[in-house]
Amino acid sequence: MIRVVLPAHLRDLARVDDEVHLDVHDTPTAQTVLDALEERYPVLRGTIRDHVTKQRRAFVRYFACERDLSHDPPDNPLPDQVASGAEPFLVVGAMAGG
Amino acid sequence: MSGVRVLVGTVKGAFVLTADGKREQWEVQGPHFGGWEVYHVKGSPADPDRIWASQSSGWFGQVIQRSDDGGRSWEAVGNEFAYDGVPGTHQWYDGTPHPWEFARVWHLEPSLTDPETVWAGVEDAALFRSTDGGKGWAELAGLRGHGSGPHWQPGAGGLCLHTILLDPADPERIFIAISAAGAFRSDDGGATWKPINRGLRSEGILPEPEAEVGHCVHRIALHPSRPETLFMQKHWDVMRSDDAGDSWREVSGDLPSDFGFAIDVHAHEPETVYVVPILSDSEHYPPEGKLRVYRSRTGGDEWEPLTAGLPQSDCYVNVLREAMAVDSLDPCGVYFGTTGGQVYASTDAGDRWAPIVRDLPRVLSVEAQTLP
Repeated sequence: MIRVVLPAHLRDLARVDDEVHLDVHDTPTAQTVLDALEERYPVLRGTIRDHVTKQRRAFVRYFACERDLSHDPPDNPLPDQVASGAEPFLVVGAMAGG
Repeated sequence: MSGVRVLVGTVKGAFVLTADGKREQWEVQGPHFGGWEVYHVKGSPADPDRIWASQSSGWFGQVIQRSDDGGRSWEAVGNEFAYDGVPGTHQWYDGTPHPWEFARVWHLEPSLTDPETVWAGVEDAALFRSTDGGKGWAELAGLRGHGSGPHWQPGAGGLCLHTILLDPADPERIFIAISAAGAFRSDDGGATWKPINRGLRSEGILPEPEAEVGHCVHRIALHPSRPETLFMQKHWDVMRSDDAGDSWREVSGDLPSDFGFAIDVHAHEPETVYVVPILSDSEHYPPEGKLRVYRSRTGGDEWEPLTAGLPQSDCYVNVLREAMAVDSLDPCGVYFGTTGGQVYASTDAGDRWAPIVRDLPRVLSVEAQTLP
């Protein structure tokens, strides 16, 4: 079971109150986790990654285990603690004022 | 009793303002989609309870929302706006070719007859249509492909397709406008297009002031009973066409400034037109700090200031291109929103004004629905 924490605006969009729990059958990577997330919540398609290229949106980051995984290849295996469900995979909106 | 629903898009959400036909007591619902930019909200003429909203964010991109109960509840529908084929390039600010990139939906125009069909004007400028209630979107690529597309350049606000007018007398005829490319017309349902900018002059802005494309059209409006007559607020100049855009003439007349963004036409008087003069292209506030709507009852040229109930000192807000609308009650109601967050209403065609709300976020768009 993979735990995913979404930013507040995407939780509202997906109509979830808390972190999301996903079953990911392939090796957990950013790509497979986000594929599973978008399968469960189609409304999130296009909000984290481009619809077609699957490229991460510029002001979205992926964190886990106190590391920024945003620039890792999307098919890199996620840390064991994420794969085991001990730690969440965080989708983060960049800071901005105003 | 009939009623009015005013749909307001702001930089931090959407608001639905409702009143009965007297338009004295207003209920304010919202914010819907709080924290997101809502460029436009518009109801279907074919089913007034169906409302479309363009919700976007620099972080999370574009979402299209649809309500089927008059704005009480909303459902996100399709949000994939893929340019047809190889997108190609337009000109960037420095004149170099720049790939077409989708940024957001500026304008949603529901079909006049089919609640399932809605048109979307987007940045970078293109026209899309959904015929399945917003699930899927397809570009009408004849617009970008008609020939001048590679030469379009963005205005300061982006290369946005912001105006879509459907001709109620001819379902094949569509007018659109792009900043800063100009106005275009299709006579075959959007398959093919031609520029309709003859008579527009952009001195000091374009190297060739009467160029076929490149004009910064801010807004076009028409009266449903006379769709051949178009009124345009250009970057500078208020313009009029009586031949469906084939030619234009200036009708700025005695306006204190002919710069502005919003323009609209009275619901029952096709020669009565409203604009909100703005001081200049860099000073985006009313001349003399006086918020004045100007009304022409002669189709342009002669204008009268409408000031009753509007601030006449120290007012430095703007009224953006989408932020004015009329209802079809009698007398005609006129509405506009400001960058200061006020939404003003007049229930007597502009003679007197009062705020419905004063402290919303910066208002991007205002539309009015007249309810049975």
